[in-house]
Amino acid sequence: MSSDSTLRLVWVYPDLLSTYGDRGNLLILAHRAAARGFPVEAVQVRSDQALPESADIYLLGGGEDGPQSLAADRMTADGGLHRAVERGSVVFAVCAGYQILGHSFSARGASCPGLGLLDLRSDRDPQRAVGELAGTVDRQLGLPTLTGFENHGGRTALGPGCAPLAHVTAGVGNDGRTEGAWHGKVLGTYAHGPALARNPALADLLLRWATGAAALDPVDDTWPERLRGQRLAAVGAA
Amino acid sequence: MPLRARVATSVSRTAAALSRAAGRGDGSVIGGWIGLKIEPELLRHLAVGRRIALVSGTNGKTTTTRLSAAAVAVAGRVATNSYGANMPTGHTSALAKAGTTPYAVLEVDEHYLPQVIGATDAEVVALLNLSRDQLDRAKEVAMMAQLWRQCLAAHPAVRVIANADDPMVVWAAHAATAVTWFSAGQRWTDDSWVCPACGAHIAREEADSGGLPPAGPGDWRCTGCDLRRPTPQWSVEDDGIVGPDGRWHKVALQLPGRVNLGNAATALALADAFDVRPERAVPKLAEVTSIAGRYAVVERDGRRIRLLLAKNPASWLEAFDMATPAPTLLSINARDPDGLDTSWLFDVDFAPLRGRELLITGDRAYDLAVRLTVNDVPFRHVPTFAEAVTGVPAGPLEVIANYTAFQDIRAELDRVL
Ligand SMILES: [Zn+2]
Repeated sequence: MSSDSTLRLVWVYPDLLSTYGDRGNLLILAHRAAARGFPVEAVQVRSDQALPESADIYLLGGGEDGPQSLAADRMTADGGLHRAVERGSVVFAVCAGYQILGHSFSARGASCPGLGLLDLRSDRDPQRAVGELAGTVDRQLGLPTLTGFENHGGRTALGPGCAPLAHVTAGVGNDGRTEGAWHGKVLGTYAHGPALARNPALADLLLRWATGAAALDPVDDTWPERLRGQRLAAVGAA
Repeated sequence: MPLRARVATSVSRTAAALSRAAGRGDGSVIGGWIGLKIEPELLRHLAVGRRIALVSGTNGKTTTTRLSAAAVAVAGRVATNSYGANMPTGHTSALAKAGTTPYAVLEVDEHYLPQVIGATDAEVVALLNLSRDQLDRAKEVAMMAQLWRQCLAAHPAVRVIANADDPMVVWAAHAATAVTWFSAGQRWTDDSWVCPACGAHIAREEADSGGLPPAGPGDWRCTGCDLRRPTPQWSVEDDGIVGPDGRWHKVALQLPGRVNLGNAATALALADAFDVRPERAVPKLAEVTSIAGRYAVVERDGRRIRLLLAKNPASWLEAFDMATPAPTLLSINARDPDGLDTSWLFDVDFAPLRGRELLITGDRAYDLAVRLTVNDVPFRHVPTFAEAVTGVPAGPLEVIANYTAFQDIRAELDRVL
């Protein structure tokens, strides 16, 4: 966190990467940080504006093919996100935003260069993955079962430079076996939109990475826990 | 009409009547489906000899169709699909049931607009708005606009009535030869930040790169090309509507909200295309009460329950505008007709509901509970609609529900109409 101890959240390019309630992740992180007494500053940076380099958490949402490749081009030209990651900032990306973090992704029938912040490549499968997604999270992260909703045509192959976020128990994720990826403090998932609504422990992991806190005060998670229970039961993963 | 089409029409009517008699809905889908099985060109045959207007868009099409049909009825009998059966089976059934009429006003699902323009040789097409809806299967907004644009370019004789406030609609309508613009306002703007023509940012308040700011609230312009808000010929002003001649008509609707005044402006523009002047159309609009249960008020155990349907983020914002500050129940499902994905809940700002007694229910009440918590909006969860009714004091209860949740509540209230 910055010296004045304000937690700074950046929603990257909501004009291009915002399809399915993506604002939710920003709102949830801000809400959970405020509940722990951290002052929070949340900003939305449009694609015709420069990305700040010194924020604590960067959020990338989902998007259609055209906006996705445009967003990747502008982020590459801007360079702000790369510099932020070098400084140790946290990145959380969903769906199209997750694909952008890799070396390449497929949009409008062509392979497009990504940011290379995660060692992965995404391709297109004719069979769209739409529905509930669940998986056992990488043990190193110490999180409960991942639950989300996916809607994408991408298939993602992970390289040796990153680890899968989870092993799929329901849905497709990267390829039907693994789901999402992480390396350092950069983490991506196909659980799209407000993925953190169903995964409060993942939200807190991002906050711990950003603040350096070993643990956070507990908050009332009655409703997120009921939601998790219901969704995991719906896919037989409870 | 050829013999085969006549037989198909007759069978279609019989099937619809049987379906109604059996209590299986209003029969508008099954009747049309059977008719089209017998004669695939049946819709085309049934359309011949009528002057036809189509109404399409993400939101407001059922209400606008109802208002438009009421207004056009000044000129002669109107066939219409009044129960929201807005795909070709529903159109076929509506025309078959109505018999010979000089006019038809049909609500059309956005995806089917090209097909139905082709089949009916429609004279007038009203384009209301395009926004995100049913996230797990609907076409993306920009793709819908592109589909409309191509279809209008292919049908140059169609007279288009289009919403000047929606950049996606304006871009699509520019492909048409003749356009009448209306302004219905647009509370929801999150699907039109990016110009569909050139990909640049669409400015709504700030000055563009050339230093030119939009002229005022509601105005918009692309910062990269010459796409901008056209001057509307029909617009809402106070509690009335101004027409192309600059005359203001007071419009006293029984339907709530500014959004319905916008729908009324669209209906007046559509009726005008059939030479029904606003002086004669306005009194007809005031006769429309509820539409397939929407806006209906039902008395139950001393509670005056009003039903508002909200299907997607844009229509939730409009519902908040309509709901009086009374105790309010929100009900959310995510069954097939609703779309299976509840992510959109985070596209809606529920803050306008703060400060009232708020109850939530439905299959996906927990998704809503998390959203409201993050939104700092206090609420109470009730397992059933019945418990919501008994859980509030006597007096008004506003109910806002998405599609199947709305139908469930309607069923509990004995199919109020
Ligand atoms: Zn433009």
